[in-house]
Amino acid sequence: MRYAMAVDTKKCVGCSDCVVACQTENNVPIGFCRDWVVEVMDGSYPQLEIELRSERCNHCSNAPCVRCCPTGASHIVEGGIVLVKPTRCIGCGACIASCPYDARYPHPKGYVDKCTFCIHRVKQGMKPACVAVCPTKCMYFGDLDDPNSDVSVILKKRKSKTLIPEAGTQPQLYFLI
Amino acid sequence: MATRRQFIRISAIGAGAVMAGAAGLKLLASDLTEGQKATLAALTGRTPTYCEVCFWKCAGWVYKDEKGSIKKIIGNNEDLNCNGRFCPRGTGGVGMYHDEDRLRTPLIRVEERGKQSFREATWEEAFDYISEKIKAISAEHGPECIALFTHGSGGKYFSTLLRALGSPHIAAPSYAQCRGPREVAFQATFGEALESPEPLDIRDTKCLVLIGSHLGENMHNGQVQEMSDAIDKGATIITVDPRFSTAAGKSKYWLPIKPATDLALLLAWINVIISEELYDKPYVEKYTYGFEYLKEHVKNMTPEWAYGITTIDPTVIRETAREMANASPAVIVHPGRHVTWYGDDTQRLRAVAILNALLGSWGRRGGFFRTETFELPEPPHPAYPTPKRTWRTEFPDLYKLADTVLANGVCDATVPDPSRNCKFQAWIVNGTNLMETLPNQENTLKAIQALQLLVVVDTMPMEITGWADVVLPECTYLERYDDLRVGPHRKPQIALRSPAAEPSHNTKPAFYMARELAKRLGVIEYFPFEKIEDQLDWQLKQVGSSLEEMKRTGVKTFDRTADNLYFYPDEDVEFYTATGKIELYSTALEEAGFDPMPKYTAHEEPPAGFYRLNYGRAPMHTFSRTSNNPNLTDLMDENSVWVNPRVAKEWGLSTGQYVHLVNQDGRKSEFPIRVRVTERIRWDSVYMVHGFGHQEKKLRRCYGKGASDTNLITKVLVDPVMGGTGMRGNFVTFITDLKGEEVIS
Ligand code: SF4
Ligand code: SF4
Ligand code: SF4
Repeated sequence: MRYAMAVDTKKCVGCSDCVVACQTENNVPIGFCRDWVVEVMDGSYPQLEIELRSERCNHCSNAPCVRCCPTGASHIVEGGIVLVKPTRCIGCGACIASCPYDARYPHPKGYVDKCTFCIHRVKQGMKPACVAVCPTKCMYFGDLDDPNSDVSVILKKRKSKTLIPEAGTQPQLYFLI
Repeated sequence: MATRRQFIRISAIGAGAVMAGAAGLKLLASDLTEGQKATLAALTGRTPTYCEVCFWKCAGWVYKDEKGSIKKIIGNNEDLNCNGRFCPRGTGGVGMYHDEDRLRTPLIRVEERGKQSFREATWEEAFDYISEKIKAISAEHGPECIALFTHGSGGKYFSTLLRALGSPHIAAPSYAQCRGPREVAFQATFGEALESPEPLDIRDTKCLVLIGSHLGENMHNGQVQEMSDAIDKGATIITVDPRFSTAAGKSKYWLPIKPATDLALLLAWINVIISEELYDKPYVEKYTYGFEYLKEHVKNMTPEWAYGITTIDPTVIRETAREMANASPAVIVHPGRHVTWYGDDTQRLRAVAILNALLGSWGRRGGFFRTETFELPEPPHPAYPTPKRTWRTEFPDLYKLADTVLANGVCDATVPDPSRNCKFQAWIVNGTNLMETLPNQENTLKAIQALQLLVVVDTMPMEITGWADVVLPECTYLERYDDLRVGPHRKPQIALRSPAAEPSHNTKPAFYMARELAKRLGVIEYFPFEKIEDQLDWQLKQVGSSLEEMKRTGVKTFDRTADNLYFYPDEDVEFYTATGKIELYSTALEEAGFDPMPKYTAHEEPPAGFYRLNYGRAPMHTFSRTSNNPNLTDLMDENSVWVNPRVAKEWGLSTGQYVHLVNQDGRKSEFPIRVRVTERIRWDSVYMVHGFGHQEKKLRRCYGKGASDTNLITKVLVDPVMGGTGMRGNFVTFITDLKGEEVIS
């Protein structure tokens, strides 16, 4: 099993609903976020292009944050989801420094927090909160090992990219372009 | 390409901040995060509601955490308005409930207006105070001199109160400050207004033309969802906007039009569609009136003519017209929503309607569908008394086609003027921050100063509450019942709003307030049910449902009773116009003394060194209603002024710098605003998101953040047809020297 997510940059309107839904679903404190939206603009008036991306932890297959964690709090579970065990985390911040995507934040309660692919929902057969709420339905989630999953199907159909592939982290968050 | 590259994180909140101090060393007792624990506990009970963060009224479910506090709101899958997906504002609606700056208890003024010097009062005191004043005003001036301004569900009950007292003056700023010209134009053309949600069949369209709509930035939920479906199906999007909007970024064609010239483009499109015979001939022949007049009228309005006005290349005008015709009838020239721009807005929207008619999209799949609205019986009550006077008596020859009370009309008729004998003496303002909704704040203040009574009903201490004599704190939509939602859609549907929590603090629902006032004013028979639950249950039982059922389902969908969603082939359709046809040539406009077909007139251009002030929406905010919402300010807590790099260079501006804006009449922004230098805006205009620059200190999160466009709109271009207040004729320039002024950020 290998969970992954794909975000369609052609449909995303940058509304940030995914950000609010994640905050309310996962009790992310005001002032922090597990996912965020990036706008990249290219060109000059009137020859312009915008790419909008909803970003979060890439649940990297080769995750530097896990490797550098001194306590083992950062770990990988079935399906390749990268998690932090709050009770083991000492909040040293090594993982924050090692993540090329700026995907982690220090929770005010003293541990490091990040996207969990809403594992608690996925286990109950639901989609992650951001995927479920997105008004443009531009996010796809599922198991890459299952050829019929939403994410496998869309990745077969469309061209995609990952972010900073040169970092060698093998990210599992894909952007449809 | 990659000539200039900009990279911004839209959501303001930053992840990955530096770990703060020793707090980081505390250990927790469990492996699950707080969030996961709360979530698992929460999935037990849910309460149905429909959203009040904007007028789209999506139906959803409210979930609470184990402590009973409201945690999250999720869309109802059966709801036609949202299809199970709320927009960011609706999802962030929890913040409205949790906002610690909410109004908490009734307030009565102790000092002069505008100072927010109030004393706390009991509900009884507040009601007695208001009813004594209303009695005195009615006796001396007549009940017609009481007006209601409303932009919220609670307004329903106050309007019952006013009509029971004998006043017809119920005004919604959503008309003359927003979509009124569109409603009048579509009424004149198709015999029907569009209403809300608009009957746009976007999901099945092959070509969507956005002219004056920044869909995606305005989160009209169902429409954004369907635009995305249309993108999936390969529809062509054509966007006309001087600014490279989000939608422009999704478009095959972006037409970077010179501001204030849209009508010329529309006429040129009509010209191409007629002269190249691209229109839907059988449809035009069968259903429309005045085609030959129109043909003659637009004869010289060629793309070359329009080029000189709009700066849009004639080949692009032709190509886009052909794209529309190729998709016809599955094409939508979007009617927009906030359309009060230049004072000739009804005529511009007439051109939009005419274009749709020529393309045969009205009543067709992928164009405009026929809506159906569920008919709910009203609770029985005596007939309303007939008002003796209306605002029309005061403005007999003005705005002949206005079919509702104008908010600005009431405001103008409140300002003392020796030539008028009736003037308004009392206003009740429900859920609308008039200081930010009505243009020309000075005029609004003049009116307010002339009132004997100003009652403001709101959940938040907005600018307008500072001017009230009595403030009635309403509980949020998450803490109350309201009327059932029955809006028009593909199928008739009703939705229930029920309270997920008890009203916080000493707040109350509008139903209770209006009924208590009705009791004191001797019109209680108009509120036959003591409790709104009983009224809802009574209404629902009349239509074969019950409150109990609706609490389980949230929404209930019914079968269509009347006609098909689209016209049948060759169906004989009677349109509600004087000719019974779609009027390309408007007999109603002609009769009222206006141009029966739209004409382009040039609008004033910015003087040297000034830029046209354009404004719009951000997806995470609804006007000033959300600007203090903790969840949503977390995403965007101030607006910025968009400036083209060319202009920035001239003024030496750079992104992040704060400036003041000052308009053509010397009005200066109350607070400095951040500059965003971007290629996304034309060099002849600037742009900002509406709803910021709050002057009310009690709004602690948003006070002083950004600038208010309303404050800079001192010049209002009034639409003679229906009284709409055009707000896009204002020009601003920069003050770069802040003279040591402190920036709140
Ligand atoms: S909710 Fe969807 S459309 Fe909105 S920003 Fe997130 S991914 Fe984009
Ligand atoms: S994105 Fe960052 S936090 Fe997530 S797995 Fe990769 S390195 Fe770790
Ligand atoms: S569109 Fe958004 S704010 Fe408006 S009613 Fe729907 S969820 Fe609420």
